[in-house]
Parts: sequence; structure tokens; C-alpha cells
Amino acid sequence: MTFAPDIAEDDLARLHRLLVVRAAGDDLLDVAYRTVDSPVGPLLLARTPAGLVRVAFGVQDHDAVLSALAQQISPRVLEAPGQLDDVARELDEYFTGRRTTFDLPLDLQLLRGFRRDVVLHLPDIAYGHTASYAQMADLAGSPRAVRAVGTACALNPLPVVLPCHRVVRSDGTPGQYAGGATAKLTLLELETRVGVAA
Amino acid sequence: MRLHTVTVKQPFERVVVEHGATVLRVCRAVVGPVDADDAWSETFLAALRAYPDLPADANVEAWLVTIAHRKAVDVVRRAARHAVPVAVVPDRVLPPQGRDLDLWAAIAALPTKQRHVVAYHHLGGLPYDDVAAIVGGTAAAARRAGSDGVATLRRTYPTIDQEES
Repeated sequence: MTFAPDIAEDDLARLHRLLVVRAAGDDLLDVAYRTVDSPVGPLLLARTPAGLVRVAFGVQDHDAVLSALAQQISPRVLEAPGQLDDVARELDEYFTGRRTTFDLPLDLQLLRGFRRDVVLHLPDIAYGHTASYAQMADLAGSPRAVRAVGTACALNPLPVVLPCHRVVRSDGTPGQYAGGATAKLTLLELETRVGVAA
Repeated sequence: MRLHTVTVKQPFERVVVEHGATVLRVCRAVVGPVDADDAWSETFLAALRAYPDLPADANVEAWLVTIAHRKAVDVVRRAARHAVPVAVVPDRVLPPQGRDLDLWAAIAALPTKQRHVVAYHHLGGLPYDDVAAIVGGTAAAARRAGSDGVATLRRTYPTIDQEES
């Protein structure tokens, strides 16, 4: 026989908050995360002590993304909304048209090689502007690697913050996006609207 | 090529969500509702520290209950060292509320060994062999202490069978 007397959710929530504080104090909070609502659906935000390490769209399956982070970085992963207040605030400012560039510490440990070169050049495309996959290949120093640029953008661990949505097809149509074609269009329209108003 | 199953270690958040309530029940039964919070916090902090080295196929709940036992012992020892009479009860955590209040009181009234076996086996789900390793004696003795404890609880808290899960 086993039995399970009730435990109040409030008690567990309070203990969880305390655990997060103590974990951070003891340098045991390797990955902190939270989710925020946005015009492109719920976003998962994850950071390490070095900085923001992952942004993921709802369609990317947040549970799967967290499991991947546990494998790739550390299984010491806790939901710790307060640790991502700065990220949530800057994203909110971006989505409400009050911010055109991000000023956040980034942890780029999930990026290597050519993918890293491509993603690091994404902020070269100014807010409200776009570049073609071919232009990005040029910027990254490998003009013929157009398909690899597509892959690098699709696997960008920090979408929105590192603006892979500004990379579009040569004919001007938006093309693919990790958050779905609609999300890409939403971001491009937001930047066009805000850019014109400015 | 060799085929093998890869057991993936979950994010620690899943461990807290899945086992947080069970560990709190165990802590409340072993050290009482007030010190249970301390024991729970120490348990999960120690577990978080050791988690990267835990084998991916380990029984996480048994591992946590064993840590909870160690931390509960520490909390009791610390409380005994610092125990001083106070005129006013310090403003600490409220004891658990609701319909299970009597159950916690009934568990608290059990003899120590019965209480520990009920905590680790009936609330924590630890097999009797593992319980015996923690509380001492044989698995058979732990089983007897457990049934004695549950028999007492059934008398003092007749609705316990509705709690079965």
C-alpha cells in the first residue's frame, strides 16, 4: 500500500523559487529558462551564466529543446523566470516597436564553424532590411555556400535576437523559417512598419 | 555497427516537477511540517549538485528519497543542537493545511522506526530492501514496522484508504 496525502501547489512553488535562488548562489544553475508570450507565439528563452544561449519557437517543441540543452550544455536546468527578466524586457520592447537592436550578453557555445560565421553576421543586416541567402554567403566569406547559409539560419539557436528572419530568397519572398513562414512574415512586417514610422 | 539504447538524462526541472511532492511528503513525515521545508531544500540542492554524475538509468525517486533521509537526519541534528525554549513561536512556514492535517499528526505520533518506514516506503516508494539499508535491521523487520505503522494510522485516521494511489 502506498498513499499520497495532498501537497499544496503553493508550497511547492515557494520551495521551487527558493531552490532557484540557492542554486544560483552556489553556481549550480547552469541553464535557466522561462517562456514568454509574443506575437509569434510562446518563446522559450534559456541562458547560462555567460548569457542568452537559446531562443525557441513553440513549433520547435520546448520540451525537446530543453532536453537537447540538458545534453549539450548541462542537465542542471531549472525554470527561473527572474534570471531572464532582462531578455524578456528587451523582447517586449522589440515586439512593441520600441527597440531595433538587442543589447544582451550572448552565449554562442551552441555554434561552431561556418554556422557560427553566418549567424554572427546576421546583425549586419539592419533592422527593417533584408538580405538574400547569397548575400549572406558572401558576408560569411563563402560565396558558393548558399545552401549552407540556409541550414545555418534554420538552425540558428538565437532567432529573433540574431535576426535570421531578415534573410530572404533572392526573389524577395520570405522563404523558410524555424518558427514557421507566418512568424517570419510577422517579424518582417513589424520591422517594416516600425522602420517606416521612425 | 552496434545497436544500443541511449537513455537520455532529463533536465533537472523535470525531476523537481515529478518528484517534488513525494520528497516533501517524505520530509514532512520524517522531520515534521516545519522543518520539512529545510530538508526539502537541502535535498534538492544536493541532488542538483550531484545530478550530472547520476547514471542516466538510475531510479531517480529512490535516489532522492535516500538523499532526503540524509538531509532529514542533518536537520534533526541541527534542530537538537540549536533547540532553545522560546516564548513565541517564530514566524516560520505555516504547517500544511486542509484535510490531511490529521494524517500528518497521526504520522508524527508513530514510533520513530515505524514513522521512517512509512515515510520511505509508503510515501517515498522505496522498496523494503532499500528502506532496511537506511533505517537498519532486515527488510523483513522493516516490512513489519511498516505494517504496524499503517495499522495504527488506519485506526487513528480511518479515511487513509481513500488516499491510496
